[in-house]
Amino acid sequence: MPPEPPPDADLLARLRSGEDAAYEELVRAESAKLLGVVRRILDNEDEARDVLQEAFMTAFRALPAFDGRSRVSTWLYRIAVNAALMKLRRRKRLAECDVEAALPTFHEDGHRQDVGPAWRPAPDDDIDRARLRQLVRDKIAELPESYREALLLFDIQGLSTGEIASALGISVAAVKTRLHRARQALRALLDPVLSGPMLAGGT
Amino acid sequence: MLTCRELIDFLNEYVDGALDATRRAGFDAHLAVCPDCVEYLRSYRRTRDLCIEALGERDEIPPEVPQDIVRAILSARARR
Repeated sequence: MPPEPPPDADLLARLRSGEDAAYEELVRAESAKLLGVVRRILDNEDEARDVLQEAFMTAFRALPAFDGRSRVSTWLYRIAVNAALMKLRRRKRLAECDVEAALPTFHEDGHRQDVGPAWRPAPDDDIDRARLRQLVRDKIAELPESYREALLLFDIQGLSTGEIASALGISVAAVKTRLHRARQALRALLDPVLSGPMLAGGT
Repeated sequence: MLTCRELIDFLNEYVDGALDATRRAGFDAHLAVCPDCVEYLRSYRRTRDLCIEALGERDEIPPEVPQDIVRAILSARARR
């Protein structure tokens, strides 16, 4: 298996030469899937459509600076998801999480200090499940961008750590560290909800 | 025996299947006697699963290409 998919060199060259047909192909190929993703994040049709349009405009402007080391679709996904999560963060006035402060702490002998109650099992009620999914999206939006990207590209997009390293221009070791810290921070953000009483109604 | 810290610091490697058999056995030996780390591992895996559930693609009908948005994006580009 090759270490990473071949970059879209032809498509990029056509886009960079300003070929209208290449832009149309790209927008037609990617917009349905991206709209689905931003719609899930925002749960608001008008905002999702605005974000999708903004994301494509951002991408077109950034095209000269894009190094082509990842697939164009992966790059667009990052731009669109980040735009949607930023919109969600602004709408809900969510603060950015301090990842270092959210990591587990240990005693000198190596035992964990911050041991809390076990997590409750998944809710079986559809409404509670939907509420939990929205809460998880809010918490993902609170992660700093560099951590969020590692998490989304690995756990959601299914890229390898090598592919992510190449796309972000960092080492594989740095990708693994970011991914691990992102999951740990998200775990800590979810901990009060999942180890405490059932999700409070309407929040 | 590994400490909790040594296990948790490399838990991603364990969860993502990146450990060789010897190191994996060391993790398993610690988990066999440490309920706190078992619970941490469980919540760490659950975090990943919740993340996928919240943002991953579902088995729904593939969304149609939103023609009006496609046109809006292409005409916004043409105006730049």
